[in-house]
Amino acid sequence: MTAPARLVSRWARHGLLEALLAFGVGLALLAVFLGVAGFDVGASLAALWRGAFGSWYAISSATLVRATPLIVLGLAFTLGSKGGGLNIGMEGQFALGAIAATWVGLHATALPPFVAIPIVLGAGAVAGAAWMLLPVAMRLRFGVTEVISTLLLNFVADAAVSYAVTGPLQEPSHIYPQSGPIAISGQLPKLITGARMHLGLPIALLLALLLGLLFWKSRWGFRLRAVGAGATAARVTGGIAASGVLATALLWSGALAGLGGAIEVSGVSYALYQNLSPGYGFTAIAVALLGRLQPLGVVVAGVLFGALEAGAGAMQRDAGVPAVAVQVVEAVVILTLVILTRRQERDQ
Amino acid sequence: MIGDLLTAAVRVATPLALAAIGETLVERGGVINLGIEGAMLAGALGAAIGASSAGTGAGVAVAVLAGVATAAIFAAVAIGVRADQIITGTAVTLGMTGLTGVIARRFFGVGGAGLSLPTLPPLRIPVLAEIPVIGEVFFNQSSLTYFAYLVIPLTGWLIFRTRYGLELRAAGASASAAAASGVRVGRVQTGAILIGGAMAGLAGASLVLAQVGTFTERMTGGRGFIAIAIVVLGRQRPGMVAAASLLFGGATALQYIVQASGSGVPYQLWIALPYLLALAAVGRRRPIGP
Repeated sequence: MTAPARLVSRWARHGLLEALLAFGVGLALLAVFLGVAGFDVGASLAALWRGAFGSWYAISSATLVRATPLIVLGLAFTLGSKGGGLNIGMEGQFALGAIAATWVGLHATALPPFVAIPIVLGAGAVAGAAWMLLPVAMRLRFGVTEVISTLLLNFVADAAVSYAVTGPLQEPSHIYPQSGPIAISGQLPKLITGARMHLGLPIALLLALLLGLLFWKSRWGFRLRAVGAGATAARVTGGIAASGVLATALLWSGALAGLGGAIEVSGVSYALYQNLSPGYGFTAIAVALLGRLQPLGVVVAGVLFGALEAGAGAMQRDAGVPAVAVQVVEAVVILTLVILTRRQERDQ
Repeated sequence: MIGDLLTAAVRVATPLALAAIGETLVERGGVINLGIEGAMLAGALGAAIGASSAGTGAGVAVAVLAGVATAAIFAAVAIGVRADQIITGTAVTLGMTGLTGVIARRFFGVGGAGLSLPTLPPLRIPVLAEIPVIGEVFFNQSSLTYFAYLVIPLTGWLIFRTRYGLELRAAGASASAAAASGVRVGRVQTGAILIGGAMAGLAGASLVLAQVGTFTERMTGGRGFIAIAIVVLGRQRPGMVAAASLLFGGATALQYIVQASGSGVPYQLWIALPYLLALAAVGRRRPIGP
């Protein structure tokens, strides 16, 4: 086998070809759709590129800032689905994480940063896991799929944020529907002066590394993969308590999504707003699938979708295309990947 | 006061009931379509565009077409290649959010559809509307509500009294057993999904033309997901599904009254109430979906 052929077959084995194809199809369909809708395709895509990778500022202050929550949430979805659970409620856990982080952050004024930051982030993770408790309990007790329960809780979380920013956490003047700024000691430091990129990015990368080690080197990771591959087989032949593994995976998935919300408050917004997430919880599903449910893949896919989100902002400013247009790309990527995966499974 | 609340409850329940009745068929066939949220959104935009260009009749027609087209995407992926239904449905809803956002901007500009849209006014049914209390509540509604009244028994008949219904239920009970006895499972399920899409499109039309009067981005706000919970609460029986829709309509209508009266309870609790109710509904029932 020649070297390029070997490379191609290696990529195919890891699903990289499918990922590239899906992303390409998504972008191509976006271009067609914008053309049909009567937008200037060239100008739109040029704006998309400028906003994503066009300058060092675009990369360090837009793309990588957007990629951070997407990586964390992509890992959250990956963890859940490794254990056989579908966490469609990351949007809600993200919101709860943000509420908790803001609440703690507002009161952390007297603490030094190396104490305040872990408490702020930890509060977000705990809140995210807590928001997952009800779906997990319903799944274990009544056999209700977590899909519907987590989905419905997204809307309840929305109402909770709305309550928080007009009630207990509202800024002191009680005019705007947002919280006051959290204590400076609770804010994640910037990585480089002049760029908005913050400590959340290395944290996300570290989480990806930890998750990779967990999946492939630990006993719990083995059980997780066994249950995800087939709960009955894992129970019968492996003596693994499948429901316990699933519950743990979902709770940690919720914790990671909550951490994502806390990182966003502590690293970007410094305050709680309504609609803090522009749909990160759903974009992250595309990120996780595009990353082939592998931590390293999720990092790469997170950066790609971060670029897309950043570019969408520029596209809205410069070409008048609403930023929600990128959700079309996300949908096409997901659909292409599930189709390709199914075809592969059937061919085997 | 109570009369107004109940009239509002029926009006608010109409889109929920239309979507839930359609999803009842889908779930009878053993499929769960989370894409009906997207189909409803597509129907809402279709209704707004159709109505603003050629009147309410065109609005309803475009809404149905948009709903069917959205459901066709779901069917092609979830049934055609048997991809994961949950992921596929989520992606369809996600894509429709983007698609409708862009098309709405193109059609109505930054200002949105405005309030100049022709709407479906309440039609008083002569004799029936004279019945004390319930007459006003049930028989002074828009034409789409009356359509829902017709569809409820019709769906029951389709599910329990026709050959198609039998095949659909067989496919839902065990796809492999149904296939072994000669049922074309994929075709039967696809039929139900497309009808479900048409109903979700109608639901979007009733939301725009008989309730809100305009189109805004993401305006369905999870009503499609609530419809799925309603199907669970109504145990996939059309009559009970309709009753469950009314319950949710009432819970939603309550918030308008309570907000106006200004009680001490934060109004967000009333906004969250239908979703909490939906959670309680699915919590009481056996597992749904595949």
